[in-house]
Amino acid sequence: MKHALGGVFAALMAGTVAIAEDVKPTAVAFVDGTVEQSLTGQPGDAAEGRKVFANRKQGNCLACHMNADLAEESFHGEVGPPMDGVADRWTVAELRGIVTNSKMMFEGTIMPAFYVDAGYNRPLDDFAGQSILTAQQVEDVVAYLMTLKEQ
Amino acid sequence: MNMKPWIAVVVAGIASTAAAQDQNSLTIEGEDMVTEAAAPAHMENLDTIYSGWRFRSGETQALETDDFDNPAFVFVDQGIDLFDKVDGTEGKACSSCHENVEDFAGLRTQLPRVQDGELVSMENLINDCRTERMGAEPWKWSKGNMTAMTALIGLQSRGMPMDVAIDGDAAPYWEKGKELYYTRVGQLDMSCSNCHEDNYGMMIRADHLSQGQINGFPTYRLKNAKLNSIHGRFKGCMKNIRATPFAEGGDEFKALELYLASRGQGLSVETPSVRN
Repeated sequence: MKHALGGVFAALMAGTVAIAEDVKPTAVAFVDGTVEQSLTGQPGDAAEGRKVFANRKQGNCLACHMNADLAEESFHGEVGPPMDGVADRWTVAELRGIVTNSKMMFEGTIMPAFYVDAGYNRPLDDFAGQSILTAQQVEDVVAYLMTLKEQ
Repeated sequence: MNMKPWIAVVVAGIASTAAAQDQNSLTIEGEDMVTEAAAPAHMENLDTIYSGWRFRSGETQALETDDFDNPAFVFVDQGIDLFDKVDGTEGKACSSCHENVEDFAGLRTQLPRVQDGELVSMENLINDCRTERMGAEPWKWSKGNMTAMTALIGLQSRGMPMDVAIDGDAAPYWEKGKELYYTRVGQLDMSCSNCHEDNYGMMIRADHLSQGQINGFPTYRLKNAKLNSIHGRFKGCMKNIRATPFAEGGDEFKALELYLASRGQGLSVETPSVRN
């Protein structure tokens, strides 16, 4: 009986793992620059996303985008559009596509792709073969952006 | 697709242009510097070029106007000492052949240039003298003795307009430099032009993006309190975008140096400049 239960439990675990497996950077399905499915199969954590957005070693999104929600952080950049009310202007699928690889929507943009791990020219060894953010971090940032509403 | 975001992008672009380069004019030790000029004909995407000085804070700008206040002059003084210092097997100093350092007036404006079929920067010329005439060890490209010397020699051209040759023998090097300028590199996948042509005048986090002009090198940076070579700065930029830098003194950076120098044609040499 114990063995049988253990078997069921193992099967459940395996099932959970399969559901939670991240979409690989090369396997992300874009439709007109948008990405419908969560990269992790789960909703992101907006509070974590807020940290990733500001962290210079992670998203460092503030380097280019002003964001009134992060008024406590100094030095907001102005290379990209401001983030205030961004959830009113874009759908979650559009934001996921833009964070994952904005070049799929905006050809020639300066914005880095945050979930692409191959095809770079002369990447530093420390970053070769890696994406800037993990699938979880992308989902967290997307969840955070969806909280930035003005209306 | 909803078009509203595009409008937001355009409006943000227009709003931010107001905060671009300032209107200040630079006078160093009573001599007027050209910090703004019509872009040279070869530049397709800009009408006006600006010295990096125009993008710095008032406090940083002020440091460059007076040689007593300019922290780079500590290193120029070291350069003066090195110029007279005997080194190597031949028992010579720079001054053994070059009696007066002022004779180098104009040299900075023309470098890099093609000599004997090779593109050479000022650092190459200095090291050629050291190894071939003095019998001394070459200096490392961006080390203190080298930047002290390039500062001293560059200073002799201060106030003179940048004027590198880009045709004839120089053309293939210039083309290569231009290609590098527009090539995206690193994990952030950016080219020089993405920041310094498309977005100069904008803030990128705490930094005010300039046009990336090199008319003031070597430049004293408040950030590291020393003189910084042109190639050393290229290396820093590449690391910032998580790219493996090319070698200092290598063909790629020399070609890029030529191309950038040509984008500053007409700006005054400000060596040694002060930046953040």
